[in-house]
Amino acid sequence: MTSTLNPKFTFETFVVGAANRLAVTAGRTVAENPGSAYNPLFIYSGSGLGKTHLLMGIGHSAKALAPQLNVEYLTLDEYVEAFHAAIAAGQGDAFRRRFQNVGVLLVDDVQFLTNRKEMQTELLRLTEALQQAGHQIVLTSDRPPAEIADLDERLISRFSGGLVVDMGIPDYETRVAILRRKAEERGARFQPGVLETAAGVEFPNVRELMGALNRLVAYQAVNDTPLTAVAARQVLGVEAAGPTAASSTAASSTAAVGAPGPDEFSQFLTDVTVTVGKAVEAWRARVAEAVLRWEGEGYRTERLERLLEQDTPAAVDGVIAAYVGDVERLKALEAEVAELDPQAAGERVFRDPDRMGEAEAAAAKVRDGAAPPPAPSAAFPLDAYASGPSNEVAVKAARAVIAAPGKKYNPLVLVGRSGLGKTHLLNAIGLELARKRGAVVACLSTQAFVDELIAAIGGNRVDWWRARYRRATALLLDDIHLLAGKDRTQEELFNLFNHLQEADRQLVFTAPAHPNTLSDLEERIVSRLEGGLVAEIGEPDRELRHMALERILGQQQLAVEPALLDYLADRPADSVRTLVGLVQRVVSAAAAQDQSVTAGLAREVLEGQSPAAARRSSGLRTSGIVVSSAGGVRSREKMVWDWPAAADRVIEELR
Amino acid sequence: MSLVNFTSREITCKIVYYGPGRSGKTTNLHYVYGRVPESRRGRMVSLATQTDRTLFFDFLPIDLGQISGFATRFQLYTVPGQVYYNATRRLVLQGADGVVFVGDSQARQLDENLESLQNLQSNLLEHGVDVRTVPVVMQYNKQDLPRELILTPAELDDALNFRSVPSFAADALHGQGVFETLKAVSELVLKRLAAGSAA
Repeated sequence: MTSTLNPKFTFETFVVGAANRLAVTAGRTVAENPGSAYNPLFIYSGSGLGKTHLLMGIGHSAKALAPQLNVEYLTLDEYVEAFHAAIAAGQGDAFRRRFQNVGVLLVDDVQFLTNRKEMQTELLRLTEALQQAGHQIVLTSDRPPAEIADLDERLISRFSGGLVVDMGIPDYETRVAILRRKAEERGARFQPGVLETAAGVEFPNVRELMGALNRLVAYQAVNDTPLTAVAARQVLGVEAAGPTAASSTAASSTAAVGAPGPDEFSQFLTDVTVTVGKAVEAWRARVAEAVLRWEGEGYRTERLERLLEQDTPAAVDGVIAAYVGDVERLKALEAEVAELDPQAAGERVFRDPDRMGEAEAAAAKVRDGAAPPPAPSAAFPLDAYASGPSNEVAVKAARAVIAAPGKKYNPLVLVGRSGLGKTHLLNAIGLELARKRGAVVACLSTQAFVDELIAAIGGNRVDWWRARYRRATALLLDDIHLLAGKDRTQEELFNLFNHLQEADRQLVFTAPAHPNTLSDLEERIVSRLEGGLVAEIGEPDRELRHMALERILGQQQLAVEPALLDYLADRPADSVRTLVGLVQRVVSAAAAQDQSVTAGLAREVLEGQSPAAARRSSGLRTSGIVVSSAGGVRSREKMVWDWPAAADRVIEELR
Repeated sequence: MSLVNFTSREITCKIVYYGPGRSGKTTNLHYVYGRVPESRRGRMVSLATQTDRTLFFDFLPIDLGQISGFATRFQLYTVPGQVYYNATRRLVLQGADGVVFVGDSQARQLDENLESLQNLQSNLLEHGVDVRTVPVVMQYNKQDLPRELILTPAELDDALNFRSVPSFAADALHGQGVFETLKAVSELVLKRLAAGSAA
């Protein structure tokens, strides 16, 4: 349905002259800043003066500057046709949505809106939607909006609300330039004066000028001799006043001028253009153009306007360069601030080059206020992480992630029951990633993540919160299952996930079970988690238990007796946390009985201890349930040793 | 009246054709009118008596389109040449950016030419403008008349052109010299843009 852009119709092939310079400048500005400069941009000119060329040029240029931009070109008729087809198919809404998502919409020949009330309404709706979404719309017509018959007043005011520019008939020099370029494109060579003769004829549009060139090319090809300027006149019917040779009205009317020059007015216009060019363009036009451009981008141009009030041109270029430098700095500041706090980026101070100091201060303020996202805990270094066959996959994956973040396993989901060291590994990955230059690693528990979002919503700082995480080069979330039922957080995480993943930032999560078995998690989140690598951490094997114990005992600064290590390592333990509990109990028992920690004591404590000693032995909060039977050890080890504080539990249940 | 408006990006040049009665000022405008494409010119306003003498003034607006980003317009005025219309002349002269003095080349009209020149000078002074600061060009019209009736451009230069401004021999009826004159005065006017309005 949408026409493709003709690759020949670019700005590079567009000949700019006095008659169309404003339109081209506006077009370029729009292509460079779609949606922000002139919206809508309305270009009108007579037929054959380059509207379509300019329109497609804007499309090409916008596409070249921002390849991800969705640029669509179509004529009004195509638009109408598509609309009718969509309505007939009952897809009116889909049609509207499709066009509302276009970044730069180029609509040609809107003068055909006459007598199409329903299309006018549709176009009005579309224009409003695009403007609101900050998308660019460029329209062309053969007449100004106000002159399109029975056009809706609201459309007229919409169109006029942007920029309405016209393109006139090219002047003599432009005509010569066009002819030269087209002749060159065709590989045609003419004697000096021939093209100038053709340019001297004031054709009403470029298309007819091309017709004249065609005649010249054809004539020269047929006759096999180079055309002279005099012969060119005959071919074009310039000199022949009679109706026989005159092929266009323009040519014949020019021919009727008997007096001095062929076209005194054109000559005069050319001279005036040159004079104005010398006088104005010299510096004022440069300033005026700069004003036009930066004003269009929304920057205050007072400094430049002050230049225009001066009588003698000062160091104009220097001032413009300094101004542009300031604007660039503002742009950089604004971009930086936008990353930290999108709301602050909209402040006017970032659009006023005369208040650089204030802008810098505002940016510094935002910079200070922008706390980095929570970092991984330094208590979990990677080298303290014991690895064995049971967690080999997870550790290998972690090392791969550290070596090439965002590239290999993204996201990485560490799955395993509580107490197997998921949090340790997660933080260890975070610590390693944070070593890289420019790294901003966000590593926190899902609970904290939810709490932060709630606080941000309460403080009306969601944008700021979002920006804070979007800056992260890696996001590591512990206990992702806690997202269950938190729809808003899931929504935010989903967007954040996509944003980070698209930018090749690393994502790591932990969960107690395979993501697709977690309840109350949105399908889109689950599928994304499943899309990476889900690495399971199993119950620690003996080797791992051995290593873990060695480390735990080492931390207690105890002399490690091999027999003790072996004994403890042989104990059934389904997690590292259980091992920690075992050691704690043995150590505190030893302290209570003022004995050294030995395998014998451990056996006594863990297998045949007195209830009283056991109760005292625990440095941790326990449920207080003590089973003293022979099978009690197993039961004891299945007990929950580490209850969350009551207050935490209550809050959790209330969420 | 400001010549260049940077806010609205417009250049407006007001050029007044001055000279004694029947020297051919309106003829100049008519010739220009005939050469400007219809799309570029406004309606030529001409208030003339039954005997084709300019009663009030002629006014011809010309739209030159966008030049260097400026919408450029020329407004060509003539003044009534007859002596007793001085109030109108003074009015028309107000805010003029440039003046074309259309002189009558006939030898017997030399005094009228001089009188008109003096009138120009005094009328400009009434507006607080020194004639030396206004772009002026001379046009010696009716050079197509028989040799014995007219003075040569050189003689007219000696007699009228005290300040050696650009001068042109012309035959306005047939267009000789009309656009050359307009071009010259336009250049002078536009060149003042470069130096600002002070020059």
